[in-house]
Amino acid sequence: MDLRELYQDIILDHGQHPRNFHKLDHATHFANGHNPLCGDRVTVYVELDGDKIRDVSFEGRGCAISQASASLMTEILKGKTPAEADALFKSFHAKVTGRDDASVPPALQDDAERLEPLTGVKTYPARVKCATLAWHAFEAALKSGATGATVKTE
Amino acid sequence: MTLDPATLRRDFPIFANNPGLVFLDSAASSQKPAAVIDGIANFYRTDYANVHRGVYRLSARSTELYEQARARVARFLNARQESEIVFVRGATEGINLVAYAWGGTFLKEGDEVLLTELEHHSNIVPWQLLRDRIGFKIVVAPIDATGGLDLAALEKLISLRTKLVAVTHLANATGALVPIEAIAPLAHAKGAKLLVDGCQAAPRLALDVQALDCDFYVFSGHKIYGPTGIGVLYAKKAILDAMPPFQGGGDMILNVTFEKTIYQGPPARFEAGTPDISGAIGLALALDYVDGVGRGAILEHEEILTGYGVDRIARLPGVRLVGAGQQRLGILSVEAEGIHPHDLATLLDAQQVAVRAGHHCAQPLMERLGLGATTRASFGIYNDERDIDAFAAAIQVAQKTFKR
Repeated sequence: MDLRELYQDIILDHGQHPRNFHKLDHATHFANGHNPLCGDRVTVYVELDGDKIRDVSFEGRGCAISQASASLMTEILKGKTPAEADALFKSFHAKVTGRDDASVPPALQDDAERLEPLTGVKTYPARVKCATLAWHAFEAALKSGATGATVKTE
Repeated sequence: MTLDPATLRRDFPIFANNPGLVFLDSAASSQKPAAVIDGIANFYRTDYANVHRGVYRLSARSTELYEQARARVARFLNARQESEIVFVRGATEGINLVAYAWGGTFLKEGDEVLLTELEHHSNIVPWQLLRDRIGFKIVVAPIDATGGLDLAALEKLISLRTKLVAVTHLANATGALVPIEAIAPLAHAKGAKLLVDGCQAAPRLALDVQALDCDFYVFSGHKIYGPTGIGVLYAKKAILDAMPPFQGGGDMILNVTFEKTIYQGPPARFEAGTPDISGAIGLALALDYVDGVGRGAILEHEEILTGYGVDRIARLPGVRLVGAGQQRLGILSVEAEGIHPHDLATLLDAQQVAVRAGHHCAQPLMERLGLGATTRASFGIYNDERDIDAFAAAIQVAQKTFKR
């Protein structure tokens, strides 16, 4: 496989210069994600306003894939509802695990396509968890609320 | 007496079945020669039956092969007698056995177990589990600024409270060689026992447990060109004699009634249930293979490759070798500036270079070195300078990929 398929410019850009990389002072929800296999750690902060994700950010350290995935996720999720976020995660998860059986509504198509560069990990099974770590943390944040939680990749 | 990796490589079917593979992860697990693979299959085809049980001749033959394997290991380690060799699943089980049976009997509150910062989790966690039950103290000897064990600091930490010094022979995360010969007299002078984790040393060094004067020595079969699921615990006979059983079951008893059970002597006392018979026989074949190649030649080969690798990496801009003290053997742990080890390992994998990336089950050492993870290349008898060149070239491709 061509290395550039996995490490596309957009991934290197977001991996080396992650967006929304800071703590969120007004977070209503947050959670820690930890991949014990490689030691990657990410904390995802969410500010939920009614049924809208007003703001989302992250902090942490890890490989280019995990950092780029977290960065792209925060850009995409701003302004979405938790249900839309869930649909995006489901379709993303299906794609990175080599399935393609979870589609998103037309309104989310553009956002789903922005995550396309990350789906190259599907040929590297050991790296799938790097791409999904931030999403798992986001999901755990919404579930746990302001008390925080720690989610581990299995 | 030098060995020829290109010739030896033909003994390992994995390479014919994976053309172009540059395998640099023998510290995690080595590949297996055909002599081991076929020998195990042949044993199942011609001589297999359960051991120590049957009165029939086939079982007697299987038992003889199993016990010959024990004698083979005793010879490999230069143990005084075969009964000092206990077959276990691997070094991890060996250390857990010592912690449970020896530590659980002889350690008490107020005692100290001395570990080092170089240890693999398998030589840390069993002692923590036991400490939480008994309440002794775990003391940790530090590394020095170069990454080697600080022997002077270790000496100061050994006291009359120290009941056990448990130390690696060769650090799996960095390749730092530990001078066991120097530690044994220090431990024994204070009445402490010495346990050595020989996982990385056994495939690379000639071993003599009598000369090392260690009380316990453990290693895993799968890292020394043998099968998975088998390993060795060596312990001095007098110590094994004083230890209660580890697990209860068949084969470890002399007589059982519901009121009282009389146990076997060592080593049977520590091998409850049907053992990994084919694993032990496969391990003996692996040791035959290693001795056939020659342990002197293997050490020389590993030293040459290590030296070559150190020089090669020193000439790579943006790549730093993680320190391993005064003596490094068979293992090179590197950091590439601006590239996370997992990205690096994936980029190397795409070029057919197989290495390990991560904390190498030595998180306290990584923490001490200020690293989350490293990328590790480790050598076996089938590796040569071209593999190291391929490793270096693949790193440069990775750097280009990341800096475009």
